[in-house]
Amino acid sequence: MSNVPETLRYRDSHEWIDPTQSPSPVGITDHAQAELTDVVFVDPPKVGTQVTAGQQVCVIESVKAASDIYAPVAGEIVAVNDALSGDPGLINREPYTGGWIFKIKPSSEAEFDALLTPEAYTKHIA
Amino acid sequence: MSVPDSLRRTPLHAVHVEMGARMVPFAGWDMPVQYTGIVDEHKAVRQSVGVFDISHMGQFIVSGNGAEAFLNRVLTNNIAKLQPGQGQYTLLLNAQGGVIDDLIAYRTSEREFYLVVNASRIDADWQQLESQLTEDDDVLMANASDFTAGLAVQGPKAREVAAAVFGSTDSFPEHNTILVSMTENGPMWLCGTGYTGEEGFEFFMPAETAEGWFRKIVEAVKAAGGMPCGLGARDTLRLEMGYPLNGNDLSEQRTPLQAGLGFFVDLDKGEFTGREALVAQKAAGLPDKLAAFRMTGAAPPPRPHYPVVSGGQVVGEVCSGTQSPSLSAGIGMAYVPLAAAAIGSTIEIEIRGRRFPAEVVKKPFYRRPATS
Repeated sequence: MSNVPETLRYRDSHEWIDPTQSPSPVGITDHAQAELTDVVFVDPPKVGTQVTAGQQVCVIESVKAASDIYAPVAGEIVAVNDALSGDPGLINREPYTGGWIFKIKPSSEAEFDALLTPEAYTKHIA
Repeated sequence: MSVPDSLRRTPLHAVHVEMGARMVPFAGWDMPVQYTGIVDEHKAVRQSVGVFDISHMGQFIVSGNGAEAFLNRVLTNNIAKLQPGQGQYTLLLNAQGGVIDDLIAYRTSEREFYLVVNASRIDADWQQLESQLTEDDDVLMANASDFTAGLAVQGPKAREVAAAVFGSTDSFPEHNTILVSMTENGPMWLCGTGYTGEEGFEFFMPAETAEGWFRKIVEAVKAAGGMPCGLGARDTLRLEMGYPLNGNDLSEQRTPLQAGLGFFVDLDKGEFTGREALVAQKAAGLPDKLAAFRMTGAAPPPRPHYPVVSGGQVVGEVCSGTQSPSLSAGIGMAYVPLAAAAIGSTIEIEIRGRRFPAEVVKKPFYRRPATS
């Protein structure tokens, strides 16, 4: 069974965001990392980029395929996880902690309401 | 997700699903791409041992007094050099010298040959062989593909697995050799070949016996510290060795000379299909050549069809490309003009609009550490 933490919000394209932190870290779910298999490269977005919800912001590559990563909410990308350039496998090993990909400063708190709850996401991947 | 009816299943399909494999379409078959993870499976084969289902591959039996002469007329390597029990890598060409398939031909006896061909080319190969057969050839061809299952056991501990499964290492075939034994269910072929660069064997058996053998081999593989492996690891392993994949690196549009497989073409053995075209191409000079390249900095993995750039111009596209688990670097192969194909040349691979530097390198990408 995939791990779907209670405190996070999700997109149906398998990104998670942590609304309890500001700025909010974004990554891919445990389910997504298992589907993708070994992540070997992360092409991070540029810090300072303004994004809209659902906008494609970066690409992560597994042995098998390249996958687009979408912004869960609108806002500004304020940080990227530099540890991933040396160790992209963090995304597989720690999808919700060390494997975060970028941090976003949401343009409004209301942005989170449009995302899937843990229950809804669990149903989505069932 | 349901499997389209058009996809074929090997006799081990249900066992793969039971063992948790992720199934994907490959060459018209629903095959396991991985059980746990491509990198883990890849490393298991390099460090201990892995077992692959290769039942989708095809097997032809060519026999008769004229079998040797016939095969020498249709295949590029010199089959007359094989003693019973020996095998060789060889190519089946069209009249233009293009590669219909690359295959392994074994001589199982003075007048009988066993050909192991690629899954996606079974029909094309059969048609080509049949079309070259004349009334005067004293040759009988049989297609055993539908009744035969295959397993590949690969890795430094393959011998240990053979001992556990067969009860002795007497039955471990040396490189490029074949052992045939009759069982109550039919013949069994044990071949000293593989597609990973590691020691090992490929084992073909009657389809109805495949599940029993597979379970027994998986048990022995696990006991030796290895694991069952999917096609994902098979692809990264073969690419690290620079072995071409039909459909990616080989096609009917290019010759074995362009693919760097001239070693398996014997232009002096006499007439064979495609020979004239190869002689002419050799005289005229090759238009391009399959080069092996390695990404030189941090870069996304190169993948098939990415543009290849030399001197600022797009000169080709990636045929095979992946992230090498052994080297932790992107590796690939591409047909490029001769000037760009020299070892040490710098090229670029265009990935989503950005160009990343790569260096043309010698094959294989990976060399097995010397054992003491």
